[in-house]
Formats: sequence, structure tokens, C-alpha cells
Amino acid sequence: MTTAVAYNFAYLDEQTKRMIRRALLKAVAIPGYQVPFASREMPMPYGWGTGGVQVTASVLGPDDVLKVIDQGADDTTNAISIRKFFQKTAGVETTTRTADATVIQTRHRIPEAPLKDGQILVYQVPIPEPLRFLEPRETETRRMHALEEYGLMHVKLYEDIAQHGHIATTYAYPVKVDDRYVMDPSPTPKFDNPKMHMSPALQLFGAGREKRIYALPPYTQVISLDFEDHPFEPTHFEDVCALCGAGDSYLDEVVTDDQGSRMYVCSDTDHCEQRRAAAASDDGAAA
Amino acid sequence: MYVAVKGGETAIEAAHELLAHERRGNPDVPEISTEQIREQLGLAVDRVLCEGSLYDRDLAALAVKQARGDLIEAIFLLRAYRTTLPRFGYAEPVDTAAMEIRRRISATFKDLPGGQVLGPTFDYTHRLLEPGAGSPGAAAEPRTSTPVNEDAVPHVSSLLGQQGLIEATEAARAAPPVGDLTRDPIAFPADRDVRLQTLARGDEGFLLALGYSTQRGYGRTHPFAGEIRMGEVEVSFVPEEVGFEVPLGAITVTECEMVNQFKGSASAPPQFTRGYGLTFGHAERKAMSMALVDRALRARELGEEIVAPAQDEEFVLSHTDNVQATGFVEHLKLPHYVDFQAELALLRQLRKEWTANRAAAQTEAPDRREAAE
Repeated sequence: MTTAVAYNFAYLDEQTKRMIRRALLKAVAIPGYQVPFASREMPMPYGWGTGGVQVTASVLGPDDVLKVIDQGADDTTNAISIRKFFQKTAGVETTTRTADATVIQTRHRIPEAPLKDGQILVYQVPIPEPLRFLEPRETETRRMHALEEYGLMHVKLYEDIAQHGHIATTYAYPVKVDDRYVMDPSPTPKFDNPKMHMSPALQLFGAGREKRIYALPPYTQVISLDFEDHPFEPTHFEDVCALCGAGDSYLDEVVTDDQGSRMYVCSDTDHCEQRRAAAASDDGAAA
Repeated sequence: MYVAVKGGETAIEAAHELLAHERRGNPDVPEISTEQIREQLGLAVDRVLCEGSLYDRDLAALAVKQARGDLIEAIFLLRAYRTTLPRFGYAEPVDTAAMEIRRRISATFKDLPGGQVLGPTFDYTHRLLEPGAGSPGAAAEPRTSTPVNEDAVPHVSSLLGQQGLIEATEAARAAPPVGDLTRDPIAFPADRDVRLQTLARGDEGFLLALGYSTQRGYGRTHPFAGEIRMGEVEVSFVPEEVGFEVPLGAITVTECEMVNQFKGSASAPPQFTRGYGLTFGHAERKAMSMALVDRALRARELGEEIVAPAQDEEFVLSHTDNVQATGFVEHLKLPHYVDFQAELALLRQLRKEWTANRAAAQTEAPDRREAAE
């Protein structure tokens, strides 16, 4: 082994990409169904986005413009690490602007700006099985999906209401896809769930360690599970972003001193920057 | 204004520079070479190439050095490199009966064809720290005897098998071909070929604990170490365009055959059963643990009641890979503040409601409260 090892475009060899693309096609054909695939060891650890990285590597072309976010932000450590990985191995153009990206790899968030036709959103998924914490056995959960046997999930949500007065799931909130499969949206906050519904973008989900791929083709119905008398409610914030003043974006809480002072800022850094830039140019125009 | 702490690219680079600095340690102490690691920390190298599933002692030594001696990190380095290698095909099955033996012991017979060969072992050493260990004087030329075995040494199990006292091995399967864990995702229930592959690259510590648990009664299998052998076996390959076996070279392997308590039925007389372990390199503890766990996992096939963790195929196979395990455990270091924020918001709401409900309950029935007090 020398240090000057030449890797294939986007790291993975073409055979592996073909295998992953086959899984992706199957996943697109059966929205919300978890397709097993022969996940490879990647040069970053399992649990750090290997599934998303393999999916991105398989769909990326030389003309694509890539954006990578973690917690909504382009400058979080792991987002930087993954972006650098593709800069190095694929040499593609990268961006932080949601609107300019053709492929967006994400962990835990969906960008605030609405996605467009032709964009691909790649999710990093730790545990693809929405029923896993109700039933640890894969043999059982696969059977439950096959039989569309989702009663257990509804019982869990009901028990939440009986115990807490609310459905106590705030992220990785289960959805039903195209009236068939119950799907885990990856641990995005439930705030983001409505963005998945009828999205014009192609949404691909990769779970490397668990060796599963699933997908939402553009304009797929994605409904968050709920009850008639306890309808799904996305998280609301009483505060606004301290930097851009946004009142409709997902906010990170930042502790600013040891006296309990806090401020809230947009978790989507691009969204925040665009808003601040727009406000600045408005001010400029006014002056 | 204070802006949320985000990890900058510069911070990551600086952290990696610091890592390189720490790796080197005190520069007044001579740097260790990969050759030294390969030759003098041979068992660490063996563990890394075994669980890294790549038989290359030099790369394994480099991985140990680069990982600062963190063997799981070294295993991960080797695995990540391994996946980039082109796949030419599958080797022919190695013949461990034809092994050039360096160590071979049986706990079931006092003496047997091929004899007991202790070889290089920690067994029977007194575990006293010896400051001189590894110094030039301590390594005298080893005493050698004429090789006991010019010919192939039969397995203990084959000796038992001649009298039908132990179950026959599964016939080598021509079709369907042997599964490949690295090319197909595991599906449950898994066959023994894929189970053994999983165990062979599984974490030594995890398998040790599981094997130990079967000895303490959690899925007891009454094992005897029928045979443990370590030495060199030849690996050969049939290239399609040539059409005959071509030897590629020799590798060191450790093999363990456990002889376990019998089963019998109305149609078959009682027989011992088998547990099997095989590892790259000299990895005796791992091979023994693997054999114990393999036997425990055969519970379904042998019609035993599945009551213990070591018998539970999904549990064992899903959690034995230390590269997967360490990645997922350590991913908790990644930021989770988006999800945590969602939990915080709900918790605050629940607490607010709880306080309001309690206040309401108190104003409703103040008299009763007073009476009770």
C-alpha cells in the first residue's frame, strides 16, 4: 500500500455502485420498503454516515453539486469530514446553498428551503427499522411489514397519550408511506416530517451498518401516524432566531452563560445566512 | 454576538496534527518500526489480521502502529482497506489435516497419532513480570526436535468418526455455493457457513464472554477441547483460464474442534456433536471461543431449547462485529442537538402541564388536604 492510492470516482468501485443502484431502483419501486444491500466497510466508522455516503457515492456524477449538512449545518464536524471526502475522491463541486445543490446529504434535518424537482436528498440512517424498539428481532419485524401488521406501533403511540397526554416521540417520528409501509424518517425532528410529503425531490435513505436502503420517489404521500382525536403536531417554537429573526424555522438552543441565559438560532445555517443576506440588502436598498 | 460552536475545518486538522504528535510520543525514545511490531508483537498483529479479515502481516503491523496500539481501530483500518481490493475469486478449501504443525494438543486423549506438540505457548508459564522479557539474552535459540510428523496428522474428530462416535461433518457443499458475508447482507435464520464467517471476524472479547457464559450454564454444551492445532496451511486457487489448482502460498491458522455432549434419537444412535473454530494467525483464545459459540448456535439445528444469549443467532451475529459496534457506540459523540432540542421542548411542555395540573388539584381540594395534615 502506498500513500498515493488512486481510488475510483467517488471511492466505491463500479461493481459496488451497480449493486447499490440496483437496491436503489428497487427501493424507489417500492416506496418505504427496506431493501437489504451488501453494505461495504467505508473509511469512516459505521454509525457516522456510511449508508448515506454509499448512496451518495452511487448517485453522484461529475457534474453534480454536493451539499452536506449535519444537524442542519454545513460546518458541523462530520458534515465537513464527509464533504471533504467527496471533494477528495470525486472532485465534485460543493456548495452550502440548498438551492444550488443537486445532491444533498443530510443527518438529522431536512433543509428549510423547499426542495425542487431534480434534487436528491440523501439521509444517513442509524436504525432503519421503525418497529425495532418495539420488536428487536429482524425476522419478526420483516414479517410484520409483510403482513402490514402495524398495530403494535399504534398501541405504543396510544400508550404515550395515556401516560403523558401527548405522543412522546419527538424525532424519528414514524410515517406511513403511500398508504402501505410504515417508515422511519431517520432521526429528523418531527418538525421536518411534513416536508417529506409530496416533495418534488427524490429522497433516498441509506443505513450502512444495518445494510438497508429505502426511498421516497418524488411526489409520494408521506403521512405521520396519529389519531383522529390526537392529530400529528409538529414541534412549535415560542422563540425566533436571534440572528435572522425567523419564526418558522427549527431552532437550536445555545446556552450562553452559567446563569441559565439562552439564545435560539436557526439549525439550518444556509437558511439563516440567506435570510440575513436578504435583510442586509433590503437595509442597503432602504438607505 | 455569540454564535453557536461549530467544528471548523481548521479545528479538525489541528486535532489530527495533535493525534500524530501523540502517536509519536517522546521523541527522545526511538521510534518503533512496523517490522518490530510484526516480529515482536506478533499476537497483536494476528488478532488484527484475523478480525480485519485480511491476511497481511505488514499491513496489520502498520495498522497497529497507526492506531497507537488500539487494536479495534487497527482492525477497522485493515477492513476499510480490504474493501477496496479487487476480488479475483474464492480459494479452494484449506486442508487443515495437512497442516505443517507448530502446536497441536488434545485434551481428550493422552496420546494419539501425531502426538501432543506444545509449541510456543503461555500455558504453564508462571505469570510473573520479567523485566528481561524480550531482551537479546532471553531469547536463546529454541530447542528443536526432529519433526514428529512428516505426514498429515489426522484430526481427533476423524479418529472418533471412524467408530461413528461423533457426528459426521457436513458434506462440503458444491451447490449452492458457500455464502459470502462481505457480498450479501446477512439474513436470518443464517446457515452455518455464514454464521462461521461472522464468528471468524467477530470480536474476540465478545466471543470469549459468550463462550464463557455457555460454560457457566447459559446454554451449556459440555465441551471438551478435542483438538487445538496451529501451523501453516497451503492456500490454492483455481484460475478459470488455467483450470487447475495453483498454490498461492501458506498462511498461519489456528483451528479448534470442540467435542460436545451427544445427541441421539430413535433413528440415530447417540453421538458426540461438534463445535468448530478457525482463525487467521495464532489466536487460540479466539478459536476456542468461536468453537464454543458455534456449538451453542447449533441449538436450532440440533433441536435444543433456545434459552441463553449464546444460542440466540440474531443476538450473537448482529453484535459480534467490533467495527460495527464501535462505530455505533462512538457515534454518540456526534452532535445530536437537533433531536435533543425536540426532546427538551417536549419535556418542558410536559413539566409545565404537570405543574398546572397539580396546582389545579390543590386549589380544588384545599380542605381535604388540611384535614389530612
